[in-house]
Amino acid sequence: MTTFDTLHNDVVAEAKRQGGWRSGAASQLRRTSPGLVLSWLILGTAFLWAVAPSLFTGYNPLEGVGGEQLRRPGGEHLLGTDALGRDLYARIVYGAVHSLTGAFVAVSLGLVIGTGLGVVAGSVRRRLDDVIMRIIDVLLSIPPLLLSLSIIILLGFGTVNAAIAVGVTSVAGFARLARAEVVRVRRSDYVEAAFGSGGTFAAVLWRHVLPNALTSVLAFASLQFGSAVLQISTLGFLGYGAPPPTPEWGLLIAEGRNYISTAWWLTTAPGIVVVLVVLAANRISQSFGKTSA
Amino acid sequence: MTVVAKPLPPVLEVEGLCIAYRDGHAERRAVHDVSFRINPGEVVALVGESGSGKTTTAQSIIGLLAANGRVESGSIKLNGTDIARWSDRQLDTVRGVKISLVPQDPGSSLNPIKTIGSQIGEIFRIHGALHSEEIEGRVLSLLARVGLSEPALRARQYPHELSGGMRQRVLIAIAIALKPQLIIADEPTSALDVTVQKRILDLIDELRAEYGTSVLLVTHDLGVAADRADRLVVLQKGRIQEQDAAGVILAAPRSAYTRQLLADAPSFTAPVKRPIRSPGVGVQDDVVVVEGLVREFPRDDGRGRLCAVNDLSFRVRRGTTHAIVGESGSGKTTTIRNIVGFDKPTAGRIEIDGIEVSGLKGEDLRQFRRKIQLVYQNPYGSLDPRQSVLQIVTEPLLNFSRLARADREEKVRTILSRVGLPEDALLRRPHALSGGQRQRVAIARALVLDPQVVVLDEAVSALDVSVQARILDLLAELQSDLGLTYLFVSHDLAVVRQISDTVSVLKDGRLVEGGVVSEIFEAPSSEYTCELINAIPGRTRRAAA
Amino acid sequence: MSAYLLNRAAQALFVLWAAFTISFVLLQAMPGDAVLIKFQNPDLGLTAAQVAEIRSSYAVDSPVVVQYLRTIGNFLTGNFGYSVQAGVPVGSLLAAHLPATLMLATLGFLLASVLAVIIAFLSSLTPLAWLRGALQSIPSLFISIPTFWLGIMLIQIFSFRLKLVPVINPGPWQELILPVLTLAVPISAPLAQVLVRNIDDAMTRPFVAVARAKGASRFWVLSRHVAKNALLPTLTIAGVLLGELIAGAVVTETVFGLNGIGGLTERAVGSQDAAVLQAIVVLSALGFVIINLAVDLLYPVLDPRLRTKAGAAA
Repeated sequence: MTTFDTLHNDVVAEAKRQGGWRSGAASQLRRTSPGLVLSWLILGTAFLWAVAPSLFTGYNPLEGVGGEQLRRPGGEHLLGTDALGRDLYARIVYGAVHSLTGAFVAVSLGLVIGTGLGVVAGSVRRRLDDVIMRIIDVLLSIPPLLLSLSIIILLGFGTVNAAIAVGVTSVAGFARLARAEVVRVRRSDYVEAAFGSGGTFAAVLWRHVLPNALTSVLAFASLQFGSAVLQISTLGFLGYGAPPPTPEWGLLIAEGRNYISTAWWLTTAPGIVVVLVVLAANRISQSFGKTSA
Repeated sequence: MTVVAKPLPPVLEVEGLCIAYRDGHAERRAVHDVSFRINPGEVVALVGESGSGKTTTAQSIIGLLAANGRVESGSIKLNGTDIARWSDRQLDTVRGVKISLVPQDPGSSLNPIKTIGSQIGEIFRIHGALHSEEIEGRVLSLLARVGLSEPALRARQYPHELSGGMRQRVLIAIAIALKPQLIIADEPTSALDVTVQKRILDLIDELRAEYGTSVLLVTHDLGVAADRADRLVVLQKGRIQEQDAAGVILAAPRSAYTRQLLADAPSFTAPVKRPIRSPGVGVQDDVVVVEGLVREFPRDDGRGRLCAVNDLSFRVRRGTTHAIVGESGSGKTTTIRNIVGFDKPTAGRIEIDGIEVSGLKGEDLRQFRRKIQLVYQNPYGSLDPRQSVLQIVTEPLLNFSRLARADREEKVRTILSRVGLPEDALLRRPHALSGGQRQRVAIARALVLDPQVVVLDEAVSALDVSVQARILDLLAELQSDLGLTYLFVSHDLAVVRQISDTVSVLKDGRLVEGGVVSEIFEAPSSEYTCELINAIPGRTRRAAA
Repeated sequence: MSAYLLNRAAQALFVLWAAFTISFVLLQAMPGDAVLIKFQNPDLGLTAAQVAEIRSSYAVDSPVVVQYLRTIGNFLTGNFGYSVQAGVPVGSLLAAHLPATLMLATLGFLLASVLAVIIAFLSSLTPLAWLRGALQSIPSLFISIPTFWLGIMLIQIFSFRLKLVPVINPGPWQELILPVLTLAVPISAPLAQVLVRNIDDAMTRPFVAVARAKGASRFWVLSRHVAKNALLPTLTIAGVLLGELIAGAVVTETVFGLNGIGGLTERAVGSQDAAVLQAIVVLSALGFVIINLAVDLLYPVLDPRLRTKAGAAA
């Protein structure tokens, strides 16, 4: 059992708990907490930053202004400037696209490959199942960061390579969750009843097993999104992600480290942005677990 | 000089009790203005169906309401002292000492990783009632007192090494350890087999008489209440419908609800005289034929084989109901799984409407499924939570017929109205239906393929009696209209007697007795069947009637 | 029991072998090897022939299969190869760097456990809904903080603002305070989450109601019934925590400039020193396998339900 399993238990428990709920627009609205609304706002803003950064700032993220080096946060520069006179807020806004697409690529990779493996393992059972699950066991035995680093050595540095490296580490989690869910659903009475009323294997898989098994996989994907943002920023910080002067968030923090005693904002601000985005993604994933049954 | 015997003050006096549960920001009242009293040595039964507030009331008395529940108003007087608003710390001095609990589910009510002995001994340690060296001796004598053999061995064992009935005895030992004035028995036997249920209830009776303890018996089973209680408190939707001496209520119920409850309880209704459909001369129309069925499983430990069903044979005539009766582990579920083709027998022959089942594979097996349909015990688990009622009932048709969309929908709507589902339920999902409605959907799904045989696997066991009665009515109606054959699997002999023509009684995978229901009930030939019949609750009432 | 043991040990060996193979494929299949990176540098003025000679001396020019078999043989005899970058055997590199990391990881794990237990128990015992909510949201906050950023923030606050921990020439213990804290935070988060959830689960089980009905207080029930039932399933995330510890160590040592396995890993990746990284990967997999094996063996000891099952299987 791993964190994936415990998450999966959560999701399943939630689904059970709300068995008796009456769903209605009004009660739905009442149950939506301010925290959830805020989370969507944060993620939405980050998304807009990534899509249309120029709407949010007039400064150039790559070229500094002479004489404006290391300004404190203030009216002119919302979050101050760095040692080259570049506006920090602009760099964070323009950096969103790197973190978000990286996380998106990583999660998609894990989701598609991992879920595919898990569904196959859970549906066919027996020998192929054993083979797939042994491979997953091995993937789990290598600490995720070391696995990422090995892949980075293989592929080289860069945003996309870092994303792939992070994605591969989530394959095992997706596969285990998807398999566990498929197996759980397959054991249910309604799947047996579906076979009993003459359903073929393919029909039952399509009508019952997949829809019921994949809900929690989706909740897990949104949880993984937050985790991927974290991991990608870590790789960026270590210098294995996008090369300078790309304003990737992890790299921003790494660069700010040189001015830690004089310019606190250079490390503080991008870090807070990362924390907020990850918190928001995790909060939203929780709500997915709750509303899907 | 004459001494006027003063009536003893009541042990417990509940007055105007209102309890509410917080649900998000709203509060929902679950118990409304409930008042009753329990005198010393008396057994009072709280009787009601699900949602009646009986368990909530019992929990509030011992101060163990769920975290979101609270006593809104009213008083709970224990020996004249109101404990309704006591803090946990105050209640800790009363729990176990003055009031104790026999819980509902013996399976999960003992800590799985502590020994039996330490869990009984704990109650003495909590209250500092005995010196530690005396505890072990008391634990052993308690274990012996509740009828467990080899007390010393039991004390060292863990809960999973004991059967359900034995665990309930352990829990009773805990409840009587400090000789409390009141024992709350919350559905103490509903998770147990009927014969075990009877023995456990006998034990509680016996201990009550011995210690003079009062008992608050919480139960959904009017039969159990009638057999065991001095007075009944009938609850419905959190309100008291009526309360009186048990004999008075059973003989002349005043409230309409109690009358209905009595009419619906299968253990009270006189067996329906079913015409004995004698076989037409020379015509053998047996739609289900089981001959020498054997099903073995490899044991968990890999040594030897476990025989779940051993040499079982029976026949069912078309258009009749055959019941398969047995307690847990009797092999009844294995039997029907083989009959419907979800499992392959080790040996023997099963023929449904002339088709040999055990050899079927692939497409043949799929086509065979039109002949026989299964209705599960738990309608919630057997309906896909993501499908609407309409989708659920349409699905079997998609698997077989090439009906046009309009015809298909027409057929589904007809069958749904036939099983008594309102039109507005068609687009709902299972979680938005009541338990009875869900089971109606499951029946509709079984019938939509026009099967010859319908297997009902404990199909009414999970339902409240009033709902159960309506579903049984529906089943009888469908049988006479459509000429269906039922295989009715049940542990409940009262229901079996009511609706079936023939019966097979199973024990440990073997057929103990089989034949026409009315004959077997009147003159059971095996000791086991006798025991089963005697264990049906509600006998005192039947004897009186 | 012995059959069960053998089976588990065989599984562990398989996982270890497969982890070795995967890391070998990933790391030896790379296009530019470390030897080329180091010696092709024009400043060294080596000719192509000389580079080829050096390559053959490192045995990187033989066929992959031969290299694979040779490496596996070397690993089995405790020879982890030669670090091209540092110019010393990987074995001695690991030996030199391991103690610092073990110290950091042990202290970090202990602090994390203490934090997690405090959070879980307090949140279960407190009658105040707001405090419970606040305590239970700590892990989800902790899990969202990038470890490297936390380290930097701690340096900024405690060393530069409050001047509590010196940056230059700290004592041996002072040097460890902030790194241990940094490492403990991301480890405590999943631990606390699992504990809180397991305690909540255990609290709703009927045997808790029975214990309360005996007259036991909340604290009695928590400490004597719930705690052990909640700790048992927590053991199963031990392997995952090891992975988190290693990741945390790499980042923490980089941030604080500590000279442990983490720092070694970071430098090995930077210089594509495959031999070093592979040794670290295999070492971690070994740790993972041993921890999971230990948990599997420990479980039946702690849970009587498994004891009889395992006994019956033997």
